[in-house]
Amino acid sequence: MSSTLLAALVAAEGAAEDAQPNPLVPEIFDIFWSLVIVISVGVVFTKMVLPKFQAVFDERASLIEGGIAKAGKAQEEANAALAEYSKQLADARGEAARIKEDARTEAAAIVAEARARALDEAARIAAAAERSVEAERQAAAVALRTEVGTLATELAGKIVGESLADDKRLSRVVDRFLDDLEASETAGAGKGQGA
Amino acid sequence: MSDAPTTVQAPAPETAPTKPRGVGRGTVIAVAAALVAVAATAWVWVAVPYHSGGHGMPGVKDFFPPAVWSIGDQTVIDRIFIVRFVAIATLLSIFVYASRRLTVVPGRLQGVLEWLLDFVRKNIVDEVLGAELGKKYFNIIATIFLTVFALNITGIIPFLNIAGSSRIGLPLMFALWVFVLYVGASVKKFGVGGFLKVATMPPGVPWPLYALLIPVEFLQTFLLRPATLTIRLLANMIAGHLLLALCFFATHEFLFYATQNYQYAMWILTFAGGVFFFALEAFVAALQAYVFAILTAIYLQMVVDPEH
Repeated sequence: MSSTLLAALVAAEGAAEDAQPNPLVPEIFDIFWSLVIVISVGVVFTKMVLPKFQAVFDERASLIEGGIAKAGKAQEEANAALAEYSKQLADARGEAARIKEDARTEAAAIVAEARARALDEAARIAAAAERSVEAERQAAAVALRTEVGTLATELAGKIVGESLADDKRLSRVVDRFLDDLEASETAGAGKGQGA
Repeated sequence: MSDAPTTVQAPAPETAPTKPRGVGRGTVIAVAAALVAVAATAWVWVAVPYHSGGHGMPGVKDFFPPAVWSIGDQTVIDRIFIVRFVAIATLLSIFVYASRRLTVVPGRLQGVLEWLLDFVRKNIVDEVLGAELGKKYFNIIATIFLTVFALNITGIIPFLNIAGSSRIGLPLMFALWVFVLYVGASVKKFGVGGFLKVATMPPGVPWPLYALLIPVEFLQTFLLRPATLTIRLLANMIAGHLLLALCFFATHEFLFYATQNYQYAMWILTFAGGVFFFALEAFVAALQAYVFAILTAIYLQMVVDPEH
């Protein structure tokens, strides 16, 4: 091995001593092609490729930011709507309570009115009934006066006979009788009203 | 074969898209670029020489393979460039394809790419520059991160096997871009005098010290920062390739040319080392892209937003 490696090393040394180029000294064509590479890559990357990537990055960022803003706005709107609904609900409840209260009050008023009307009616009916009873009583009294007179006369005639056939006499006797009757009746009625 | 690179560059003159839907021009270009990338990978593996003769011993010559196309003595295209074009064509085709069909709800490919861009935004740009300044420079820093990563990762991709950023031209051009970016941004904001003051006179220092600080800071801004950006990336990629190639080269030697049993057994160690360095290189490819991008952001922040 040593001979081979040594030979190789010697050969390399020898070659180095020939016209081995210095790696730190650039050649013209090296510079030329390197410049071509740097410029072409530089132009394509900085003017074409990377701006496109940048555009996508920006688009994505704006999409995400837009999404976040949109979500925030939606949340805000939802909160506002909720507050609005809550307020409307509270209003509606208040309204309902008020209407109920009104209805109750109104109902009470209606009942009171109806009761007053009924009482009036009852009083009216009672008064009418009283009047009709009075009228009937008076009618009955008149009828009674006639009938009782006739009956009593008949009865008395039958009892006393012909002595009472004379009309003038008869009339006098009946009137006196009725006056007495009336007087006693008035006293009785006064007693009845007092009771 | 000489037309391969020009075909690979096809996405570059792509202008603003005209058709947002269906199979647009950009999609066709992206698919074509991907096909070219695959074809070029196969071709690189089969036909393009790794180095000019001699033993397979890995060395600096790996980074200076023989010309594939040359005009006179002057090399125009060699293996490293084909690897670079493959990396760039793949990166562009993936991103152009994805950017033609971006949706607000991402698919799988878009999800992966967005995860990458999100990483750059959160851990590099916003971290250093803040959200407001960061938005302004995100595109450039993300481009630098992705491109440097694509060019680094070819170091461990089978059949390509070398980082596109392992020859100085490319790291140098990226560093130059960063330099122009931070100088331009600062001059635009503060004017030439303002930029020089911000760049060379750090606040809160007793004035006699400025005699020392101004030259140092001047060197920092105009030479050391671009130079360290370049060399850090270049050296990482060169070292990574050499470590990896050496491990596999030694494995090959031990397996096929060992004269003793214990030598033969060594291949297991070197192969394990190769696997380890493979994983390490995957990490370093990402790490160096991250470092390049975050330093870009830091250098920008230093001269554009010096109060913070």
